[in-house]
Amino acid sequence: MMDSVGTVLLAMLAGSLRVSTPFLFVSLGECLTEKSGRINLGNEGVLVLGAMVAYATSYETGSPWAGVLAAAVAGLLLGALHGGVCSLARVNDVAMGIAIMLAGTGIAFFFGKPYVQPSATLLPGIPVGFWSDNAQVRNALLVCPLFLLGIAAAVALHWCFNATRVGLRIRIVGDSQDAALALGLPIDRTRLLATAFGSALAGIGGAFLSLYYPGSWNEGLSSGQGLMAVALVVFSRWNPINCIYASLLFGAAGALGPSLQTVGITWGYYLFYAAPYIVTLVVLILTARGGRSLRGMPGQLSIGR
Amino acid sequence: MPVSTALSRRHLLQSTAGAAGLAAVGLSAREAQAAKDLVVGFIYVGPKDDYGYNQAHAEAAAMLKKMPGVKIVEEEKVPETDDVSKTMESMIKLDGATLLFPTSFGYFDPYMLKMAAKYKSVEFRHCGGLWQADKHPMNTGSYFGYIGMCQYLNGIAAAHATKTKKIGFIAAKPIPQVLINVNSFALGARSVDPTITTSVIFTGEWSMPVKEAEATNSLIGQGIDVVTCHVDGPKVIMETAERRGIYTCGYHADQSKLAPKGYLTGAEWNWITVYKQFIADAQAGKPIPNFTRGGLAEGFVKMSPFGPALPEAGRKNVTAVKAEIMKGGYSVFKGPLKDNKGNVVVAAGKSLPETAIELESCNYLVEGVVGSIG
Amino acid sequence: MNTLIAATDRWYPLRRSAEAVLAPLVALIGAAVLFSIFLLFLDASPLDFLDLVWRGAFGSSFSLQNTVQRAAPLLLTALCVAIPGQLGLVIIGGEAAVVLGGLAATVAALPLINTSPIVVWAAMAVAGSAMGAFWIGISGWLKAKLNVNETIASLVLAYVGLALFNHFVEGLLRDPASLNKPSTYGIGDDNMLGTVPWFDVHPGLPVGIVACVLCWVLIYRTSVGFACRVTGGNIRAAQLQGLPVTKLILLACAIGGGCAGLAGAIQVAAEYGRANASLNAGFGYTGILIAFLARFNPLAIIPMAILLGGLGAAGGLLQRRMGLPDATIQVLQGLIFVSILASDTLYGRFRWFQPGATT
Repeated sequence: MMDSVGTVLLAMLAGSLRVSTPFLFVSLGECLTEKSGRINLGNEGVLVLGAMVAYATSYETGSPWAGVLAAAVAGLLLGALHGGVCSLARVNDVAMGIAIMLAGTGIAFFFGKPYVQPSATLLPGIPVGFWSDNAQVRNALLVCPLFLLGIAAAVALHWCFNATRVGLRIRIVGDSQDAALALGLPIDRTRLLATAFGSALAGIGGAFLSLYYPGSWNEGLSSGQGLMAVALVVFSRWNPINCIYASLLFGAAGALGPSLQTVGITWGYYLFYAAPYIVTLVVLILTARGGRSLRGMPGQLSIGR
Repeated sequence: MPVSTALSRRHLLQSTAGAAGLAAVGLSAREAQAAKDLVVGFIYVGPKDDYGYNQAHAEAAAMLKKMPGVKIVEEEKVPETDDVSKTMESMIKLDGATLLFPTSFGYFDPYMLKMAAKYKSVEFRHCGGLWQADKHPMNTGSYFGYIGMCQYLNGIAAAHATKTKKIGFIAAKPIPQVLINVNSFALGARSVDPTITTSVIFTGEWSMPVKEAEATNSLIGQGIDVVTCHVDGPKVIMETAERRGIYTCGYHADQSKLAPKGYLTGAEWNWITVYKQFIADAQAGKPIPNFTRGGLAEGFVKMSPFGPALPEAGRKNVTAVKAEIMKGGYSVFKGPLKDNKGNVVVAAGKSLPETAIELESCNYLVEGVVGSIG
Repeated sequence: MNTLIAATDRWYPLRRSAEAVLAPLVALIGAAVLFSIFLLFLDASPLDFLDLVWRGAFGSSFSLQNTVQRAAPLLLTALCVAIPGQLGLVIIGGEAAVVLGGLAATVAALPLINTSPIVVWAAMAVAGSAMGAFWIGISGWLKAKLNVNETIASLVLAYVGLALFNHFVEGLLRDPASLNKPSTYGIGDDNMLGTVPWFDVHPGLPVGIVACVLCWVLIYRTSVGFACRVTGGNIRAAQLQGLPVTKLILLACAIGGGCAGLAGAIQVAAEYGRANASLNAGFGYTGILIAFLARFNPLAIIPMAILLGGLGAAGGLLQRRMGLPDATIQVLQGLIFVSILASDTLYGRFRWFQPGATT
């Protein structure tokens, strides 16, 4: 019994390290975009497009890092489209996000057909668990360089928001349009750039899916990770460091279903698979403040009004 | 057993005349020309290039395209809703199709049956369904392959390769077609070494790559060192297993390219046998069988070539058992057989060959399988 | 000031309607041009493409039926987004309301299958709508009481709802005879809804159209609808005015969810005959697109649903005739969607459409 519990816990730890990276990147990107006062549901489309572009580029050039870069560029462009169109008066950013999601996945599926079959060069893992004799531990601690990059990005973003002029400007634009106008800050340009760079991060999250784990390109690759990242940003309270914890928690909850089954608990597997969503919902409810805005929420965010 | 109405020459002529009439009002001359060929429609539930279930059908369809006098029309990613009725109807009305192959299980009832009642001169043959003469229209039918035998052989190969005596099966849903495969795989392994256990994980979805990769990793975390599966596209499972350095047995199509080091062998469909026969019948004006099933002996299914990781003893064993199966009448499910809860599911002295109707409603996991249903 | 001029400008309402039709039309043409360029890059002929879309979606009575049949469930699922949308809420979890509505309808029908079809249909309609209303109502309640963001809550609840649906259909409620496609017990052939006379279309289409009209009346011709629109314009102002915002949110979510649940019930009664995974065919997600394209106007949902239904109907023909992958339609839909939403910015840009422009 204790053995089984240990196995499940280790599997959840390993699972959270494996699965969390795309959530981390998309939630960081979304966090950046939302800090500037805009929401981008289109990051789901960016994630899928990024995955396809990364895989195709890696296959054509033989270099997975070129693939990561290409995914970031694809995300940047799609994000710039979203940011640009949303700068126009009266365009609803939530709806446009859904449009971008549709367009991004459509383009990815259309051009991705020839890359479903071939095997591209994948990103190598970093053996952080080299000190252990236990193969399971070693494998659980085989870490993707993108995961470390994601943590670095979270720290950098946190520092940027709190200690740099650029970060302050983004926050002012996101919190109060009036204050930004009074200070003469370029509101549309700030939001455009925040959306574009946010989507570039989401594109890298896609590269992780196709070039590291599960490490393959096909049309079922994303199961809504890009959309769920929006929820993760809310419960990280728009704090990049919290995005790391939120992604890890979500990843661990996602590993519950398969790992319970390996120890013979098969009953209700659909419900176990829904664990990450139930956890998200519970956290959302627990952290909700009836009638008041959430602490940390940018004042100009359309979902906050 | 095959009871059927003739797809008579007259019917064929009528339907092609109908198509030509349609061409006169709307279609271009080029299409009218093509309408003289036998137009055959293929409908897939997923993408044609999934390295799995749909690809196995699409590959056969691609071979048929080279045959003279046949025109193939295909549609992929058609959901199991009224959409598929409309796709069939569109193929009949706009393309002049007279022979349809809806290849997903969920297309049969009610969609295909409804269309068959409406278009009596069109022949419908469904993959996987259970056609019954007293219940279903005569212009419909079903075909399927007994691929469980191949999973049994996979199990034998797995038993010779495993060092931990733990092997794994990643399955989509606990339905009879899947359970037969899980049980056959486990029985194959236990025929070599009864101490081997088979862990099964249900992903709940026919195609969900991240979950499939997670399941593979979870199994490996448990010490499992051979894995096979029954999901629509096994690509991710094969690649993940290969990367983690364990052995794999393929399913649906040949996946040896995806796992050059660890691929032992695999259970594959060989649909071209069925389709060629059906089309030859249609072209000759002969009735197309209503109920067609076949296994290794009939060439409906086949095994992948052995991979380098399978030891010599394993190769010999698989080859020998395969030869036995080819003779016919071989039974994998032999009494006394218990399920993994200890209930007797096949009584002593009884045996169920691949053709046994009892297997079509299989709802248990045999002894030696770790896991439970729902 | 504007209202004053508007009152004296008799033609203004007409010009305003013209603006509401012209802007999306311009956007549609824009999308078509962009897509043609896309096709030319791929060496495919845009004219062939248009011809096939026309033939596959509208060109014959069969194609037309195919199109409106596909549009039928979308009318109701679009309302699931459009009605809460009046209050400024964005609900994207209609998919779960459809599947759970279909499941509830089936469960309600099963004990009654030997009574009469009318009783069965009534029970299914009530149970399906109630379930849908309850499920979307949860998101509304969370929003109204706890200020949990309704977009995210409804999305997360959609995943939870689908998991519950699968759990029950493949577990407790499964008919053991549904071998390889796990399903509940069937409601029986006698209790199936037939097709509408003279048309090969199930009653979901007229029901959907009636629902759209009723919702339009509710929103634009009743005081409740007016209160909703005021709240959607500015929630704080509405609260200051003493409008019962909490009740309005719950009501709008319940009506929207009820529509989606009813769509599930009709799909079961008209097509599947039992609840199974076929219910989860993306009707809820396509409904989101339609509602936004229709700018949440229930009457505009009808043409937009037919547009998307037509694209779906033509998709197969495009695969078969031009050898284009199924994602082609998705690319086209994405372009249409982006350009129609971008065209929102055209409103009010042209003086001629404004009040008093011709006086």
